Parts: sequence; C-alpha cells; structure tokens
Amino acid sequence: MKRAFINAELVSGHGGLLIEGERIVAIGKDVTAANVAGAEVHDCKGKMLLAGLIDMRVFTGEPGSEYRESLASASEAAAAGGVTTMIVMPNTNPIIDDAAMVDFIQRRARDTAKVRVAPMAAITKGCVGDAIAELGLMKEAGAVAATDGIKSVANAALLRRAMLYARDHDILIVQHVDEPSLSGGMMNAGERASVLGLSGSYSLSEVMLLERDLRLVEMTGCRYHAAQISCAESVAVMARAKAKGLDVSCGVSINHLSLNESDVGPYRTFFKLSPPLRGEEDRQALVAGVADGVIDVIHSGHDPQSDDTKRLPFAEAAFGAVGLDTFLSVALNLLHNKSIELARLSHVLSEMPAKLLGLSQGKLVAGAPADFIVVDPNRNWKVEPAKLHSRSKNSPFERRTLEGRAIQTWVAGRKVYSYAD
Amino acid sequence: MLQPALALGAAFAYHAVLMSSPAPRPPIIKAQHLLAVSDLSVFEITALLDLAASYAEANRNADKRHAILAGATQVNLFFENSTRTQSSFEIAGKRLGCDVMNMTVSSSSISKGETVLDTAITINAMQPDFLVVRHQSSGTVELLSQKVSCAVINAGDGQHEHPTQALLDALTIKRHLKSLEGLTVAICGDVAHSRVARSNIALLTKMGAHVRVVAPSTLLPTGIAHFGVEVFTNMKDGLARADVVMMLRLQAERMAGSFVPSQREYYHFYGLTEEKLKFAKKGALVMHPGPMNRGVEIDSAVADGAQSVIREQVEMGVAVRMAVLDALSRNIRTQA
Repeated sequence: MKRAFINAELVSGHGGLLIEGERIVAIGKDVTAANVAGAEVHDCKGKMLLAGLIDMRVFTGEPGSEYRESLASASEAAAAGGVTTMIVMPNTNPIIDDAAMVDFIQRRARDTAKVRVAPMAAITKGCVGDAIAELGLMKEAGAVAATDGIKSVANAALLRRAMLYARDHDILIVQHVDEPSLSGGMMNAGERASVLGLSGSYSLSEVMLLERDLRLVEMTGCRYHAAQISCAESVAVMARAKAKGLDVSCGVSINHLSLNESDVGPYRTFFKLSPPLRGEEDRQALVAGVADGVIDVIHSGHDPQSDDTKRLPFAEAAFGAVGLDTFLSVALNLLHNKSIELARLSHVLSEMPAKLLGLSQGKLVAGAPADFIVVDPNRNWKVEPAKLHSRSKNSPFERRTLEGRAIQTWVAGRKVYSYAD
Repeated sequence: MLQPALALGAAFAYHAVLMSSPAPRPPIIKAQHLLAVSDLSVFEITALLDLAASYAEANRNADKRHAILAGATQVNLFFENSTRTQSSFEIAGKRLGCDVMNMTVSSSSISKGETVLDTAITINAMQPDFLVVRHQSSGTVELLSQKVSCAVINAGDGQHEHPTQALLDALTIKRHLKSLEGLTVAICGDVAHSRVARSNIALLTKMGAHVRVVAPSTLLPTGIAHFGVEVFTNMKDGLARADVVMMLRLQAERMAGSFVPSQREYYHFYGLTEEKLKFAKKGALVMHPGPMNRGVEIDSAVADGAQSVIREQVEMGVAVRMAVLDALSRNIRTQA
C-alpha cells in the first residue's frame, strides 16, 4: 500500500514523501496531491517531515534491571521523542559480550519494541577491560559497533589489540573517553564543585584519554568514535585529528549541548552525568563543534535511573539522565536559537549515526526504509514526569516547557506514535 | 651432485673426519653451527635437502643404522618441553651412531640457580660434538654458540627460529611438488609468536616460493610486510590458489582474550575446515608443525584428510636432522 505525506517542510524545502510498504518510493517537491494517485494521502499541513532520529547511546535495563527500563518501555519513549532507531549499550546484566546476547537483544526488540533496536557489542569481556570479547562473532550476529559503554578501555595494550582486531572485521570502536585513574569526581572540577563540597572530575581525564586513543588509531588504522566529548579542549583535539585525516568521529549528548554545571544547583542529582556537565564556555564550544562539523553525532545519552539510585545524597547517587522522550524537543531548541541550522541538525541526528554504523535508514531517499517523523517545531509542551513514556523519570528537563516535538513517528512504513495533547 | 652420506658413511667413520683422514667427506655447508636459516645459502639448502632425501629413503629400511658419527657425543639440551623435536633429534643422532644424551632442565642445575651460559659451558667441558638446544628466550642459542667449542644446533629459540623445522617442511613439500620455486605457501595462524613461521618465511622466500601469512592482525608481528611476504587477515583471500596451507599452533596461553577473543571465535574465522580448504588450490598440501589443537586451528577431518602431510612432516624431521648432523660433522675442526 502506498502512502503520500504531502504539504510538508523537508530539509530541502516544501514537498512530500511517498512510501510503499516499508520503503520510501519518492521524496521532494514533486510529491504533491496531484501526482500521488492511488496512495493514501496524509496532509502534513506545513509541518516538518524529517528522517527519524538514530540515537547512538541508549541504556536500558533489559536484561537485568527491567524495573528501570525495558526495551519495550524505552521504545515507547523513543517513538515519542522522534527516535526510530535505538542503539543500545552493552552494560546490561548480563553484559552483551557474546553472540547469544546480541541475538537475545534483537529477538526481544523484534517481539516487544516499536522502534528499531540494534545493540553495540562489548569491546572487552564483561566490560571489565581484561580481555577482548568475541567481536567477530558478535558482528556476524548483528552488533553494529563495539563499546564498553559507560566504561572506558583504559589499558592501552589491550585497546591497541582490540583496535587491530576490530580493523580486521571492520568494526567501529566506540570509546567512553575518560581516564579512570584521573576521573572519579561527582561533578565538573572547579569553583562550583568546591562551593558544594563535591569532588571534581577534571576535563583533562577526557582530553588525555582521547589524545592517547587517537595515537592508537593512528597506529592501528581502526575506525574510532569517541562516544561523547564534553569540553572545549576535546573539540580542538578532534578538529586536529580530523585535519590530520584520521578516520575518527565523535558524539555529544544533548544534555551537554543544553545544560551546564550551574544547572546542578543545590545538589540536583538528575544533573549528575558522566562525563559531568561542564562550564558554559565548554557548552558553547560543543555547540559550535556540532555546527562546524567537528562533532558528528548528537545522542540522547538516555540512562534510566530510579529512586533507589537517584533519590540519594549527590555523592551517592548514580550518574545518568533519561533523554529519549525529550531528545528531539531539546535538539529543536538549537534550531530555534539559531545555533545550528536544520540540515546540519538532521544530519547529526540521523544520517551521520547511520553512516557510522552502516545502517540503511537515517536518510530520506528513494529505496531507503520509511523511518521518518512529522514534527511540529512550535508545539509547546511541558515535561511532566508522569507523562514520560520511559519507566524511569530522572529527566533534567522535568517541569520545563519545551518548544516543538514529533507529532507522528513512523518506522518501516508503520505509524508507531501519534501525539495527543 | 653431492653423494648422500649413506653411500659413504660406512667407509668414513666419524673419527676419521676429526683426524683429517686422507679422504674426508666433502663439506656441504660452510657454517659451524645451525642457528638460523640465514646461516645457509640456496645451494647449501638444496644440498641439505638432497642429503636428507636419501636419509629419508634409508630410514624406511629395516636396518636404519649408519656408523658415520660413531664415537661422537650429542647432547640435547632442552630448556622447554618438547616431545617430537627432542625425540626426533635423539633418533637422528642414534641412527648415525652418536652417543646421545638428553638433558631435562627441571632436574638440572638451572633450578639450582646456575645461568644458562654456565650450564652450557659445563656441558661443553665434557667434550660433546653436538649441542642441540631449545630455549624459551629468543637469541639464547646464538649466545651459547659463542661460548662453546662444539657444533650448536638451534632446536627452537623463543619466537626467533627453528631452522630444522623449516628444512623438514621444505623437504616434505619437495617430495610432493618437486620444487619450491614459484609455489604459493600460505602460513596461517599465530605468526607473531611462531619461530616456525619465521624460519619458514626465511627459507621459502629464499628458495623462490611466494609466501603469504594469514592471521588476525593481533597475531602478526610488526613489520611483517617487510619480510617479503603478502599479508592477509582473512582465510578466503589468503588461501586463494595456494599450493600449500601451513597451519600454526595457536598457543593456549594466548587464548585469554588479549590476542584473540576465544577458541571458538578463532576457529570460526581461522580454523582450517574442509570448507576453508576449498579456497586453496585443488589438492593443496596441508601442513602443521605440531602439536595440533584439533578444533582450534584445524579441523580433524582436514588434519587426517587426504591432503594432509602432517605425519610425513614428522618422518622427514628425522631425515633432515640426520642430514644436519652429518653436514655439521664435516665442519668440526680438528682439535689442536
């Protein structure tokens, strides 16, 4: 069955999208009511139509901590937040470090999730940094990249070998850039941390691990992605590496583009993130990095935590914030305040993650999967914890009013979400 | 062409060589020791292989004894466990008439704190003619050779060389494919830790074969591309049209995940199965220096299959070591 989505604002201008079954048939200004005979017509009424978001960094609790988040509940939040593909991290219980686990995630997602789900494999067995995991078998089973998720692979000799091995199998190594022997603080090291009496985490622990990794990339020739950078100096380091011609990329979380250390305020644990929120000048450098092409990907960093891990004294609380429900809306703020233009924003939210991970979605072209969203960029909505689709409610944007959201989300030609005020 | 020793053996007893008798057996190699393949020229390798071929034939006779090394003493000094190499050298020496002594290191004075060099010098003082040495550290055998007066044969030093293995592999290949020149030989597996691979690369390239190494990058030594070999990281490309597929043992101690993730993943991508063997030339020889890890680097169906010459390699090992002992005996200098 054909469906036409006409009268929409595309990245390329006014036009429409024609799909048949799971795939896109045509897109552009020529897809109008006049020439889509036989198709079921959806009038977008001048709303935006964008590629669905591909979120490269999603933590769920499945398996092991389903009370925080299952693949199903995360997918509900994803669909509401404009995300049509979730890339889930291996830090579950058990860890996704063998082919059977990769297979399990995919089967569970197929049976329970309403958006696409693809797992990243652990780089090291158990994500403990001792031994290389079965990267080749996991890739064959469907893992889209390798990462230790919230852990960094700190041992240089092991990472070098993992990189060599990954290169043989053309696997993207995704690193959490944080030198563990130097980090460990509760928030960004600096005046705010000192005033609050909290131990600080230096941005240097990110910069030095990133610089070391880039040396190893140079030596091994593997494809490398710094999962998330958080400070101005890292942007400069990445810019230099790219100028050198290394096959490297990096991501940033929407939180680090939108918030800074001041938001921690009086010990608000929902703003306790890893890496920590940095200073305002760092945030601005990150936004500029996205705009000018140094930063390749924006992700939600969705990390569900519940009362037992967040309603605690700041130093004892877990790191992480949920982000799927609010992902697109917070990202649209970068458009509204003219920091990043639409084409670039769509590129870093959809096309670039797909390209890095070798996925066919992420781009609205004829033949591609029909994964797209209809967006009302000006619809205001209030983030009320009870209305979040995620099973965990630790959103740093709770009770804020956000401007713009997905009003429809389509995955493989099927509507999986429709917004009702 | 050089006459095989067995034709001459009875006529020229070993002591006759030492005493510069009127008709000494002509030298066939220049070196006093066999430490590495680089000690040998193309001509010398050919001569050694011809000599070994004649021993191989004689070894299938009921009476395998020759007297050419009668009265000589051979000490097998093995600092690393070995079954086949040590017994192969022992049998080779005995078939040539040598008195052979095996030294097991666990019961030796090394465990009492003596250095390797002192052990060797002590043994040297007992006037052996041959010292066959295996040691876990690269370069040890060469170090010993500088301090002793007998002929030293490297039976494997660390990750450096195992020259008699390369010779026996070459002999095995020649028996089936006539010449080494122009052959494509794929050496697959743990190249980084393999002295067998290094010796084979040196010998086969010297003899005009096209050598490939096939392994995950984690098991390839740095700079391997400059060894005159083609480098592959997958079996399909690496084995394409190969005349010989030489598998290497994946050492269990490397299995912990620091070099390769696991045995099952290694087997999946690099284990020689009948399916992967089909990438090679039809009827390609399958070799393995042993000991084999069945189901890790090689499938039993292949190891025991029609294309396997693994047992023949062991047989050629004895012949090659006889040829090496014979050749070196001709160069032992008369004591002043």
